Amino acid sequence: MSTTVETGTAIQPFSIEFPEEAIDDLRRRVGATRWPSKELVPDRSQGVQLATAQALARYWLDEYDFGRIEERLNALPQFVTEIDGVDVHFIHVRSRHEDALPLIMTHGWPGSVIEMIDSVGPLTDPTAHGVGAEDAFHLVLPSLPGYGFSTEPAQIGWDLDRTARAWAELMDRLGYTRYVAQGGDVGAGVTDAMSRQAPEGLIAIHTNLLVPALNGPMPTNTDEERAAAAQIATFSKSGNGYFVEMATRPQTIGYPLLDSPVSLATWMVDHDTDAYYKIASAFVDDKPSGNLTRDHILDNITLYWLTGTGASTSRSYWEAYGADAPAAAQKPLPASTIPFGFTTFPGEIWKTPRSWVEASYPNVIYFNEVDKGGHFAAWEEPELFATEIRAAFRTLREGRSS
Amino acid sequence: MSTTVDTATGIRPFTVQISQEQIDNLCRRIGDTRWPSAELVQDAAQGVQLEFLRELARYWVEDYDFGRIEARLNALPQYMTNIDGLDIHFIHVKSDHDGALPLIITHGWPGSVIEMLDVIGPLTDPTAHGGSSDDAFDVVIPSIPGFGFSSQPTEAGWDSGRIGAAWAELMNRLGYSEYVAQGGDQGAGVTDAMGRQAPDGLLGVHFNFLDAIPKELLTAALTPRIFTHEERDQLGKVVGVFMRGYISEMGEHPQTIGYSLLDSPIGLAAWMLDHDADSYAKIAKAFLEGEQTGNLSRDNILDNITLYWLTSTGASTSRIYWETSKAAAASFKNPPPHMRLPAAYTVFPDELFQAPRHWVKHAYHHLVYFNEAPKGGHFAAWEEPEIFADEMRAAFKSLRNGRSE
Repeated sequence: MSTTVETGTAIQPFSIEFPEEAIDDLRRRVGATRWPSKELVPDRSQGVQLATAQALARYWLDEYDFGRIEERLNALPQFVTEIDGVDVHFIHVRSRHEDALPLIMTHGWPGSVIEMIDSVGPLTDPTAHGVGAEDAFHLVLPSLPGYGFSTEPAQIGWDLDRTARAWAELMDRLGYTRYVAQGGDVGAGVTDAMSRQAPEGLIAIHTNLLVPALNGPMPTNTDEERAAAAQIATFSKSGNGYFVEMATRPQTIGYPLLDSPVSLATWMVDHDTDAYYKIASAFVDDKPSGNLTRDHILDNITLYWLTGTGASTSRSYWEAYGADAPAAAQKPLPASTIPFGFTTFPGEIWKTPRSWVEASYPNVIYFNEVDKGGHFAAWEEPELFATEIRAAFRTLREGRSS
Repeated sequence: MSTTVDTATGIRPFTVQISQEQIDNLCRRIGDTRWPSAELVQDAAQGVQLEFLRELARYWVEDYDFGRIEARLNALPQYMTNIDGLDIHFIHVKSDHDGALPLIITHGWPGSVIEMLDVIGPLTDPTAHGGSSDDAFDVVIPSIPGFGFSSQPTEAGWDSGRIGAAWAELMNRLGYSEYVAQGGDQGAGVTDAMGRQAPDGLLGVHFNFLDAIPKELLTAALTPRIFTHEERDQLGKVVGVFMRGYISEMGEHPQTIGYSLLDSPIGLAAWMLDHDADSYAKIAKAFLEGEQTGNLSRDNILDNITLYWLTSTGASTSRIYWETSKAAAASFKNPPPHMRLPAAYTVFPDELFQAPRHWVKHAYHHLVYFNEAPKGGHFAAWEEPEIFADEMRAAFKSLRNGRSE
């Protein structure tokens, strides 16, 4: 006799509770940090500056409210469902506007659902944010396998492709037959893969990082294109050590990321020049950029620490970009033909020109360049980000002429 | 009146002192390690394996004798002298044999003077090790600035060239008017720089790693006809070396990885052990199966890691890659002068790549010695001290004859 729970496809409500000992242990470790000598340069060119790391540690220990993550996440409807052997954690906020457009948004590394939660209001409840009900979304925010409260893959093969298929299954389980997808960073990789797989129901995607530019050279015919190519070259010469390490040796870097909170924090805030200086300015000068406040940054780092996911999140780079991963031997996915939207945020690692977007995706329905925001666009500028998502998908709303 | 400092040279004796408190703190941290889940592969394709590192941690706390570093180093004459603003730590062992050839040996990363301790006997006292008194060396083994007991640079610019110049000053202060130099890994970079600077007194150099690769050979690679098929395989290995995460991270953001290396002993150990596939496999075998390769014993490995931890040099040692990477970029635009001094080279079979003679000759026109050793890898002196010493004797034999004494 079958019970009410269908094994394998059941969706279970989820809420977070961190044991007090885990938080005490974290605080003890932060307080006991053994610091290196100061960098020998006046800028970021040797990595995370000592003053930034120490200001972050001080705030973490003295002022940060460790109850914040529980409070913020448990205020939202969270669920877990097993897909392909991994328990996938996700936030699912249905708009009160019934014909809202379902949207699945994927975070990247060093991100998490924390990046996305200030977009929940503007996207699901547009009328409270000054726009019409016709722009409402039903929002699904999953945690990538190995990130946050999703379980860690116990076998290799969880590449972008497999995650993308899991997301299509998730949307299917949620009963969404017509939906859109969005992502930046690794989330852009997942979203790009979804568009190439073109599962039934997925009608369009939007990204804020141009995935094909990571996979090979782009045209350099115009000044704008050359400037973007130069930005990519600079990144790969002076700031992608973390990328190479995680793509090749995720286990090795996993040890300090699990064992030392300051190691984890510095590794995470060293992502890109623009985000680094914004975060440094928040901690050192108490001048946050947009929504990238000290508390928000620490919510994300604390989540990584308390879930013990330093190694498993690093492995996602090995799967996606590593030469030894099964994905490296697979044939590339077919071209994406479904409608594609893109927003260039000015502080992103490279400023993507429209021409690159059009060279990468044949069916571009939306391109815009905004004046604020960087790599963590949804996190830094949630209102602007929501405006972009609304505009990108506006023509796809049912019952509207384009 | 100072009793210890030689005022003429500013050289003072040095002994290592490690407090019990430092050791207790280290053991407590190892015991408190928060471990990641195991890698998802059966080999080292995702990095240092969990089972190996847990066994290393167990041995470190339960079986390793923390008095070893003090005992081993303090058994040797150690000194400190200030050069170019930094206190340089060095071991200096003079041979009992008159006419011994002075030799300065430079370690690399993740090495230290610990790598070199077991070559001291064979080099300074050859008659006790199957050699003749004609083969004797006076040995100088300095710690690179930022490594071990040398002080950490407080400004950028301590690249191989500056270190090489400091070594020439050191040999000068020691009163050596004719000497030779040797190095592998970063030590090969320093020795290469010395060879090109050709300070008065330097008679020749020996390498067990071809640091000249980025400086000259990659440019030569643009002319593919100079490469045979076998050489192309080797070139692939060379390119592979520079695609390693540790080189990339330490070359770009040494400060960032520095936090990990200072705060977590297991983080430090993992980072240091992940240097190359060959030494990794050998060291893992020593810990997991109790089968050591040559002299790469568990204790010797932990001496070196413990030294890095106790001297808090995880960040400062990483910075040398940042310096080297800057210097290498600059040398593409302004190539360094050719080396005119006699150069010698030994290929160790398990090194990251096996430089063909042709390449070495291309980098060092005045090649006086080239040999392929029967055993040994990247840490040649550490792993096979006797073979390494044999190589030193053979490599520098021809340079002894022309000396003025």
